Parts: sequence; structure tokens; C-alpha cells
Amino acid sequence: MRDLYARFGGGLATVFLTLVLLWVAAMIVAPNLMMLDYALRPNLPPAELGGPRDVRSLDNIMYLANEATHRAIFFKTVWASALVASVTLVVCYPIAYWLAQNATPRQLGIALLLLIIPFFINEVLRTLAWFILLAFRGPLNAVLQWAGMIDRPVRWQGDGGVLAGMVYAYILFMLLPIYNAIESLEKAQIDAARDLGAKPWRIHWRVVIPHAKAGIATGCVFTFMLAAGSYVAPALLGSPGSRWFTEVIYNWFFEGGDWNRGAAYALVLLALCLAVVLVTLRLFRVNLADVAK
Amino acid sequence: MSHSVELSGIGMTFGTTRAVADVNFKVEAGEFFSILGPSGCGKTTILRMIAGFIHPTEGRVLIGGEDMAGRGPNQRPTAMIFQSLALFPLMPVWENIAFGLEARGVGKAERRRKADDLLRLIALEGYGDRMPGELSGGQRQRVAIARALAVEPGVLLLDEPLSALDLKLRQHMRAELRALQKRTGVTFIYITHDQSEALAMSDRVAVMSAGVLQQVATPRELYENPATPFVARFVGETNAIKGRAVASEGGIVTLDTPLGSLRGRGSVAAGQGATLFVRPEALIPGGGALTAQIDRVDFEGAFALVHGRLGDGSALTASVGSTDLAHAPEPGAQASFGFAPEHAVVLADA
Repeated sequence: MRDLYARFGGGLATVFLTLVLLWVAAMIVAPNLMMLDYALRPNLPPAELGGPRDVRSLDNIMYLANEATHRAIFFKTVWASALVASVTLVVCYPIAYWLAQNATPRQLGIALLLLIIPFFINEVLRTLAWFILLAFRGPLNAVLQWAGMIDRPVRWQGDGGVLAGMVYAYILFMLLPIYNAIESLEKAQIDAARDLGAKPWRIHWRVVIPHAKAGIATGCVFTFMLAAGSYVAPALLGSPGSRWFTEVIYNWFFEGGDWNRGAAYALVLLALCLAVVLVTLRLFRVNLADVAK
Repeated sequence: MSHSVELSGIGMTFGTTRAVADVNFKVEAGEFFSILGPSGCGKTTILRMIAGFIHPTEGRVLIGGEDMAGRGPNQRPTAMIFQSLALFPLMPVWENIAFGLEARGVGKAERRRKADDLLRLIALEGYGDRMPGELSGGQRQRVAIARALAVEPGVLLLDEPLSALDLKLRQHMRAELRALQKRTGVTFIYITHDQSEALAMSDRVAVMSAGVLQQVATPRELYENPATPFVARFVGETNAIKGRAVASEGGIVTLDTPLGSLRGRGSVAAGQGATLFVRPEALIPGGGALTAQIDRVDFEGAFALVHGRLGDGSALTASVGSTDLAHAPEPGAQASFGFAPEHAVVLADA
């Protein structure tokens, strides 16, 4: 704060601070307070707003607790998001390691370009591409049938499709933090471990992963939050049996017309995500400031 | 158990760059052997080939008489001490030291015991539970040595491990390394660009330049009988005077130079271009073949260095012992210097 004033002078520093505070207030604090307020009030016709029945209670949240299907979808969303994060980690770690430690600058450039190009396209369109690939009469089934690996088309859409679509969508959010972390590992440490007789898995377990811990935690937290809050992938690649909690929230808002209950559901999802993030960070012994970097 | 290391016709080409060309030498078991050369001369490449991090494009590496072709660094009886030390910063000191044992499946209690033994050896008893970041440079240095010794290597490879230390500590660590080598009997191969380090510690020294081995000899031999002009210039201070050989007799070559006729040891055929090298301490002030205009006299304690300019404009450095300082020439004066032919070396120009 003092640095800010020293560097930019009183006027400009005050402007900066005001802008930041305005942003935080209008974009973060106000919407969440509104959501909280919505979540606590009953869904009433306009005539009854402000009337005797318009009192705050936990009814909307209790509704979720007592509704078995929604509860099941909620917990499924949680563990499935964790699964998405784990699979993304397993996919990204070797790539990140290779890019950070072994790739030539040219290979690095090409690989990053190939990874980033798909992100020039809107997420919905990318997911639609997976929709086409995984379709019952789509190219994936055609290729697998042609190769003789399956004898009839497989219905990929559902849990598998959602997983594939999400892992694909969030690769960069996992890859880049881990890449950054591993990139800063001195190569001589890996050489030293090899020289002392360590096999590759031990080098990773004892030297690389401890060093990259903050990056791995960051990637997992990002991916988990994005997956838990994702709507497009489950909506397009899922099936009636693989509903995501975000779809339930969407339905309360736009089909059930009950914004209050939708807000309550969203609030629960938010609280849960926060809890998972904090627990993960505690488990990895990483603090939020490291993640922010 | 220490091993010999033999390089046989070894060469390394990276893309189109030839980093090392046809190097042959044999390090005896239990020897303290240094590879000396300026940065980029290929010495680190050689060390990494011995360690097994890279594989030579030509020739063979034999350790203890066994061909190491196709063997990785974890399958060789070598241990390396890296220039950056490469301690694992997230492990306590004792785990660092015991890492090689851990990789060999040694149980935890035994590892801890071994680590404590080694900590005693390097005089850091009780430091096992500290983190490497809490140690001083010299202590980290010793931990790196202990970590390498923990796996009981036959050959210890040291890649300029003292370069990050300050002068006092460096001199202290030199003596310590030398003593440790004598005590353990392990073959040491030591890489350095610092010639005084190589001369002071080693049994023998290999001098490299631009990927080519120049000479392998004892420090004294290297200093007194350099085999190539590069070695003469790189090892120790010297004065170089170019000329042409006019006669060679009984191991003494007579050289015709712009400064007159000079004589030194060597075997150069008459008529060939050659250079005479004479050390500053071999130059005796007062009467002789070389007359110089004295620029300055630098007092160094045990001796003083007299810097001057010869008749053809080239620099001349002579050293005068402190006890003879009364006879040293004054700055601004003309002085002449002589030397005995057996204290000068004549080498043919490449």
C-alpha cells in the first residue's frame, strides 16, 4: 500500500485503489450477497414480496438435503470433478515434465502452439466437436469398428463422454502451472538423483513432485473448480443418466422458474468447492498465495 | 574400492560441433586426477561421459577395466559432485546424504546410521536434521561430498565444485578434499579452469584446449616441461618471445628473434618458426639478453612482479623475491634481464 503511494503519488494511487475496491464490491461481493439473500428467501409471486411470508429461512437448502436425486447428483458432481482433476493430472504431468525438462526450444514452441490453438475457439464449439467425434454414428466408432476393436458402435455419451470433454477442455489449466513448476527445477538435481542410482519413479516421487507440489495443487484446484462449475460439457456430452449439478441449478432458474432454490443450490456448490480447495491446499501444504502465483 | 578410468579414442560431436576429439588417457585407481582447461574446452563433456549422462560418439570409456558402453549413470561405480552441488533442497541433510542408499533399498535405520557416520567424517555431526538452505556454502559443499561418498563409489567425479566459494574457503576446501581423497583412497577426477587449484591438489593433470587433449603430466612436469604452446601459456605465468630456430644441439635450441639470439631447451629443427617461453621467476635482473623499459612494480608479499616493455613493444614480466627487492629495477628505468637456457623452453609454432 505504502509502495503504491510512493510509486504513483497520492492522486493516482487513490484512483487505483478506488477502482480495485469498486471492482471487488460490484463484481464479487454484491453478486454473492444477492445470491445469499435469494437463497434464504422463499419463491413467492410478486404480490407477496415483502409480505408476511417473505422471511429468511434455510428451507431452500433443506430442500436439497431432503431431495435424494439432487443430493445424489450433487455428490456425484463432486467426486466426478475430482476424477476429472485426477485424470487431467495423469495426462498432463508427463507432458509437462517432458516440455519443461527435455524438449528443445523448438519442440516446446510447437507443442505449446498445438495445445493453445484449440483454445482460440469457443468452449461450446470445442465441446460440440467432441459431440460429433463421440456420436453413435460418429468417427470414433467408425474408426474403432474399422480397426476391428469393437464389433458394434458404442454409446460414448454419458459419464465417459463428459470426462473426455472436460479433461480436454481443462488441459491447459493443469499443464501450465505444472510446467512452470517443473521448469524451475534445476536439471542437475535430476542428474544427481540418477547418478546416485535412483530409478525414474523415485526421481519423480522424491525430487520432481515435491518441487512441483504448488503447481500440481494449483492445477488440481483450477481443474476441480472448473469441472464442478461446468455446464457445457455435461449438457452436450452427457446423457440423462449422467446429470451434473450445474444442470440442476440451471433447471431451477430457467425451467422451474424458482430462482431462490437455484440460488440456494449454487450457494451449496460454491461452499463445497471452497471447502475442497482449502482441504486440498492443506493436504498439499501449499497456501493460497502460492496458488495465486 | 577404487577404480581406474580409461578413455580410449573418445570423441563427442553435438550436431555439427565437435566438443571432444580423440582423447586418450588413463587415470590410475586411487589417483587424484584433474582435467584443466578454459571454459568450453570440453572438460565437462568428458566428465559427463565418464558419469554416463552422455554417451561418446566415438571411442570407449572403461572403468575398472570394464567397458561402460550402454550403461547409464545409475549403473556405473561413479558418483558426481555437481558445480551447483544440486543438493535436494526439500530434504533434510541426512536424507540428502542417504539418498543413494535409499535408491538401493537400504532400510531407514541403517540409512540414518550411515548418514550420521558420514556427517562425522565431514565434521558436521548433529546437522542431519537441518535443511540444506540453512547451511553455509562450505557446509553445503561438504554435504554434497558426503552424499556422493555414501554410495561408496569407485570413482568420484567433481565438476568445479569449489567455484562458488570465496577465496579463503576455497583454499581450505582444497586441503580438505585432498585429505579426504587420501583417507578414502577413492579415485578423484576433478574438473577445473583454475590452474592453481589443479596444480596444488592433483597427482596428475590433463590439460585440454578446444576439445583436444594437450598434455597429461604431473603438476611439476606440466610447469617445467609444457608440451605445447597452449600449456606453456595456460599453466602459470610466462613470457613468450617469437622467433625462428637457427640451430639445435644437445637439447638446446638457438632462436633468432627480433630481440637478438636467445637459447632455451627444446627440440625444434633449424629453420622452423618457434616461440621461447621463460617464466617470470627465471628472469634475473642485471645483465642479460632482454632489455626492457620498466612500467611498474607490483609488490605481492613474498615476491614482487616487475612489469616492463621489451624493445619490440611486447610485455615482459619478471618476479623478484622480497629479500632481493633492493636490487629490483625502479619504474621508469631501463633494466636488462638474463636467464639460463635450461630455464627456458622452446616450442615449435603450430
